[in-house]
Amino acid sequence: MPLLDVNDLTTYFHTRNGVVRAVDGVSFQLEKGETLGIVGESGSGKSVTCMSMLGLIPQPPGRIEKGTAHFDGTDLLHCSPKELQSIRGRRIAMIFQDPMTSLNPYLRIEDQLIEPLLIHGLADKASAKIQALDMLDAVGIQDAASRIRGYPHEFSGGMRQRVMIAMALITKPDVLIADEPSTALDVTVQAQILELIKKEQQELGTAVILITHDLGVVSGFCDRINVMYGGKIVESGSTKDIFYNPQHPYNRALQNSIPALQAKGKELYTIPGMPPDMSKPSAGCSFAPRCEHATDLCTSEPPTLQDIGQAHTTACLRVQRENLKP
Amino acid sequence: MNDTPTRPDAPDTVEKGESLWVGAWHRLRKNKMALAGGVFILLLSGLSFMGPFFLEGDYYTNTTLGDKLEPPGDDYPLGADHLGRDQLGRIIKGGQISLLVGLVATFVSLTIGIGYGTISGYFGGKVDSVMMRLVDILYSLPFVIFVILLMVFAKDLGDSIDAWFAARGSEFSISGQWNMLLLFVAIGAVEWLTMARIVRGQVMSLRRQEFIEACISLGLPTRRIIFRHMVPNVLGPVIVYTTLTIPAVMLLEAFLSFLGLGVQPPTPSWGLLIKDGADRMREAWWMLVFPGALFAITLFSFNFVGDGLRDALDPKTSKD
Amino acid sequence: MLKFILRRVLETIPVLLCVAAMTFFMCRLAPGGPFDEDKQVTAEVRELLNKQFNLDQPLHKQFIQYITHLPTLQSFKYPNRTVGEIISQKFPVSAKLGFFAMCIALSLGILFGVIASLRPNTYIDYIPSSLAMIGICLPTFVMGPLLMLVFSLKLGWFPATGWGGFSGDQFFASDMVLPSVTLGFFYAAYISRLTRGGMLDILTQDYIRTAKAKGASGLRVILKHSLRGGLLPVISFMGPAVAGLIAGSFVIETIFAIPGLGQDFVKSAFNRDYTLVLGVVMFYATLIILLNLIVDILQVTLNPKLKFD
Repeated sequence: MPLLDVNDLTTYFHTRNGVVRAVDGVSFQLEKGETLGIVGESGSGKSVTCMSMLGLIPQPPGRIEKGTAHFDGTDLLHCSPKELQSIRGRRIAMIFQDPMTSLNPYLRIEDQLIEPLLIHGLADKASAKIQALDMLDAVGIQDAASRIRGYPHEFSGGMRQRVMIAMALITKPDVLIADEPSTALDVTVQAQILELIKKEQQELGTAVILITHDLGVVSGFCDRINVMYGGKIVESGSTKDIFYNPQHPYNRALQNSIPALQAKGKELYTIPGMPPDMSKPSAGCSFAPRCEHATDLCTSEPPTLQDIGQAHTTACLRVQRENLKP
Repeated sequence: MNDTPTRPDAPDTVEKGESLWVGAWHRLRKNKMALAGGVFILLLSGLSFMGPFFLEGDYYTNTTLGDKLEPPGDDYPLGADHLGRDQLGRIIKGGQISLLVGLVATFVSLTIGIGYGTISGYFGGKVDSVMMRLVDILYSLPFVIFVILLMVFAKDLGDSIDAWFAARGSEFSISGQWNMLLLFVAIGAVEWLTMARIVRGQVMSLRRQEFIEACISLGLPTRRIIFRHMVPNVLGPVIVYTTLTIPAVMLLEAFLSFLGLGVQPPTPSWGLLIKDGADRMREAWWMLVFPGALFAITLFSFNFVGDGLRDALDPKTSKD
Repeated sequence: MLKFILRRVLETIPVLLCVAAMTFFMCRLAPGGPFDEDKQVTAEVRELLNKQFNLDQPLHKQFIQYITHLPTLQSFKYPNRTVGEIISQKFPVSAKLGFFAMCIALSLGILFGVIASLRPNTYIDYIPSSLAMIGICLPTFVMGPLLMLVFSLKLGWFPATGWGGFSGDQFFASDMVLPSVTLGFFYAAYISRLTRGGMLDILTQDYIRTAKAKGASGLRVILKHSLRGGLLPVISFMGPAVAGLIAGSFVIETIFAIPGLGQDFVKSAFNRDYTLVLGVVMFYATLIILLNLIVDILQVTLNPKLKFD
């Protein structure tokens, strides 16, 4: 029984310029203690997927059109706001991309850290403060006792992200969703943050969904990877399979684009074209206009995600039907 | 079914961006209230400035005492006032005066404000600290008190000068124009503070922007930098606050007129008309309601246009 | 913080001196003296009066005298009453009016502003925002008479004039309602717009999303996370708001026949009652500077990004 079971999640944004299909029929599962990576470009729908699950999408203009997201018996998309509130921050926690703006500048760090415990009635104020201090220490903030009464603007970006992680994990949630946690940070700090998440995960047994556009990040970190493009999952499998046995042209193209892996002296490979306009749905595969393997089949028939063996799925019609090796 | 891979026909067209002004215009057009306000102002201006040509008399002297305080009817569409003058005409003429005061006084405050703000923002450092501290202090003092004092004494000064001329048998009367002139300056002198702050803020942030450094390093002449790069960026907020200053100025003029210190009767201004109306509220409600309503709607319109401009020009606050 | 206060006090002294000088010289440079219009006063009596009030001495000497003896100076037009007396009698009335008006302004303004910010661009927003717009565009001297017309003359709910009820000194009487509402409504409108703007600014920030992700309820998000930042523009507005209330009181007191300091100020300006004018101006200026100091201290206290410097 998976911890999190998402089925056909569909979120559209109804704007003045048309309906943007940000997430278009996404299904996946998350097991207890597993690390799942969601990889994709900006606009692929990876963040919106997770925010939809937690009800953090602004409801006008966004709207969850259909789908279910079962978490431990409760359907997150169809439960009462109170139930959702009790799960948020307590059993499923989320940290966001930009640590500079994700903390309230008007409140002390301590107040923000103890808040999840107080909201969910897990501790009284005194013991919450002690837990907060321990947590701050655990995430590697030096001199935690004196810094805890400070304000966010007194912390650097990396430190703020550590605070965010502390805040998310203080309730020992079942799932941690990390939305590009290291993207906004310096390269040296990036690795530290990821290490920290990994360490905490091992200690607490938390399942982690790591959202990123960086293939390098997921390779060392995740058990399974979902590759998203144009609001849909186009390939899903174990990390090993995704890297060593890519079964979708987009996945293959992404890996080809990694500069470090290319031969010196040759022109760098880039994926031609631009990401799709999500307000204009395409008839067939949304990657077809940019795919070097595209045929008439690809532009006419919409693909679906299909199992191709050993928990490895792909949404490329040519792979499914013609055994194409992308 | 074609089996061979076709060339990916990735569209190479890049989305066309739009300039700040074009984008702003689009956003403004969608704002119905702002548009309504703008239309109203245009209509009102047209009426005020052209109307008097079609109206008989000057509405100062055409008193028909026999028709004192006539309620609205056929003869007097908006009623007659306590001296038998047609309210409709008075209101239109009053609109002309009030709008004129609004525009000129705003111009005065614009000039002072832009000058002050540019100097303060451009030089920065000590100069800026001192200048802005002065603005802060002035902002908190009730300038209005000084304006009241100024107008009281200016009025007396004007009267004495008139008396001086009259004593010499001359018909020269300075008090009317003198009063108006001083009114423009006094009101403008109250409202320049906000403009100075805004301009200074913009100039300061612009000066430090990298694109200015880029211009300098490209060797652009200073004149070009100022006019082609700085001015357009300062212009936006200036336009917005000008549109918002006009109603503030008109409010101040009406306030002064109400106290008897603004435009002097028999010249009508909306403030005066409202005062007369308030005094005779019990007998002649139309003297209060019509000028009051028109005044409020005009201020409304200016505020809506100003708000609309502000939302349109600041992409961050745009709703899409 | 003490250094800050000290520095401000030092700044204040030259400002007050400037204000005093400007007021004084404006009064004196205008032609005519305080007793010129009194037809009953003959030329000799006038000279005596001028002498009594030291009006025949050189200007700068008069100035110094005025400054040093201000509260004890006698008013020209109110015989045998000093400036200090008059201010201490009449100011409490104006203060109460201002206080009630401010209470109305803050409570209505913040409430409506917060409500409007919760669902921007829907009816929950349009109605309070339109009311606010009306409040800004309807000047107090239009609204006052209008309210009087409707609520006093036509409906008879509140008395049109007077202050302090029948005996004149009740703490709260029905004749205080209309003037306070009139004066307060304008500022309520301004405050509600500022609150709405401030709250909207805050509510679109990332850290609000973080708060929701932690499981905070809507009420908690507003009260604990948004108000502190959202009300900052309102607090900085308090300085000019007080200045405006004072100016507004001139008109309100005139319309509603309230025996406050504002009405006196206007009358004394017209009457060339120099001492009273100077006294009132200095009093108000000092009051405002003091209040601004408090507002600034409050701002630094509430906004951790600011420091006393």
